[in-house]
Amino acid sequence: MDWLDNIIKTFFDWEAMWAVFPQLLGTGLVNTLVISLAATVIGVVLGMIIAVMGISTSAWLRIPARIYTDIFRGLPAILTILLIGQGFARFAQSIFGPSPYPLGILALSLIASAYIGEIFRAGIQSVERGQLEACRALGMSYGKAMRLVVVPQGIRRVLPALVNQFIAIVKDSSLVYFLGLLVSERELFRVGQDAAVLNGNLSPLVMAGLFYLVITVPLTHLVNYFDNRFRTGRRKAAPPKSGLDELDELDETPVPVPPLTYGSNT
Amino acid sequence: MTYTSPLPVQDVQKYRGSSLELADLTMAYGDIEVLRQVSFTVQPGTTTCIIGPSGSGKSTLLRGVNRLHEPKSGDVLLAGESALTVKPDRLRTRIGLVFQHFNLFPDHTALENVALSLRNVKGMPKAQAREVAHRRLAEVGLAERTDHRPRDLSGGQQQRVAIARALAMEPEVMLFDEVTSALDPELVKGVLNLMATLGQRGMTMVVVTHEMKFARRVADQVVFMDEGKVVEVGAPADLFDNPQSPRLQRFLSEVL
Repeated sequence: MDWLDNIIKTFFDWEAMWAVFPQLLGTGLVNTLVISLAATVIGVVLGMIIAVMGISTSAWLRIPARIYTDIFRGLPAILTILLIGQGFARFAQSIFGPSPYPLGILALSLIASAYIGEIFRAGIQSVERGQLEACRALGMSYGKAMRLVVVPQGIRRVLPALVNQFIAIVKDSSLVYFLGLLVSERELFRVGQDAAVLNGNLSPLVMAGLFYLVITVPLTHLVNYFDNRFRTGRRKAAPPKSGLDELDELDETPVPVPPLTYGSNT
Repeated sequence: MTYTSPLPVQDVQKYRGSSLELADLTMAYGDIEVLRQVSFTVQPGTTTCIIGPSGSGKSTLLRGVNRLHEPKSGDVLLAGESALTVKPDRLRTRIGLVFQHFNLFPDHTALENVALSLRNVKGMPKAQAREVAHRRLAEVGLAERTDHRPRDLSGGQQQRVAIARALAMEPEVMLFDEVTSALDPELVKGVLNLMATLGQRGMTMVVVTHEMKFARRVADQVVFMDEGKVVEVGAPADLFDNPQSPRLQRFLSEVL
């Protein structure tokens, strides 16, 4: 059973896995989450701006939003991260110092915002036109109608898709290692990889993979659960009742509403 | 001929309806004119029903009056002044519109549906907006259901919330766009009765409807439209009992 021994030593070397665990937890996980959450927050804000621009009636807003989305969705993530992380390194140094960390977050945010913008746009556009018209008919401006009624409904519809996007960002955050991070800035993948090189086997990377799964798998299932609930609704079955009951409502009102007596004036 | 309320005046909410006049109103979608030189006058506090086959431009006409769709030419006069020279948002606070499919805000309760524009358009403080909304809902028989969301209300109840929502803005004219077409048959009368009551209390109303009984009994004036034009205008008795044009004769023979 040489080959089985080999596999266990390569992937499941328990000592190597255990040795890297504290580092994965204390440094890798923290950094992965910081990078992912920061990129998601910035991506959501930028994405909302892109989405609102994308549904504008003005071509001056719509076309730039379209081009932005096409570029950042169309390029491989690694290419964008390298171009921004290295291209703006000198410029960023004067603001953030020598660490490439902020630029990595920025690059991930730009990529995420292109996807999130499309998610928001689809959500907002799926809200029935009657909602906007009802607001306008009441005298609300376009901006108020969107802000108070249409956009909140659109966002609620795409919450599952947004969580999926967060999962994608968590995975893409591993690409930031290409920019060369300080020891304290390493995220899960880099921590695992460094340990793998030192140990001469892949077990630490497997351990890092488990960390990713611990984040992503529960989220995926949580999304599916909520997605199902959104779709099927959470209304409880009600006992049968007669629609005729409500016919009396108008007669029982405290403010007297006279019933129409048909024909009294014709 | 005006409809007199059977109740003493002091008991009921009175409305101050304004006059509405359409003068050669023409509307187009792109190059296609869907409304051609429509003219008629609605006296203050009266009800005008617009009838006609589908595609005749009835709904488009209503959307032109409150400028959800901008007219191509002609004019709309609200209380004698052109509605096309004022800001659309300002105009729409003076003209209420109720839709066929209610268009209530699904994530708001009945009360919030009514209070939203009171707060954000009229700028009322929250407590006052809720109080006014409560009163308006009571007027349409929904005092017990202010905290229900639209999906927990029947179609008839939803439509009454929509009417209360429009009334809350204290409009001078109310427009109704086939508001009972999407309702179950037993719920239609409640909504029609409510509308008739508004008319009795002095609201100026333009009602696009397929309810011929309602038009005959409540309308002060009936407008028959076909192919984007006004074919006949007159008192309900004249139009229904003595139609002049072959088009109206044909239409009535199909729907009555």
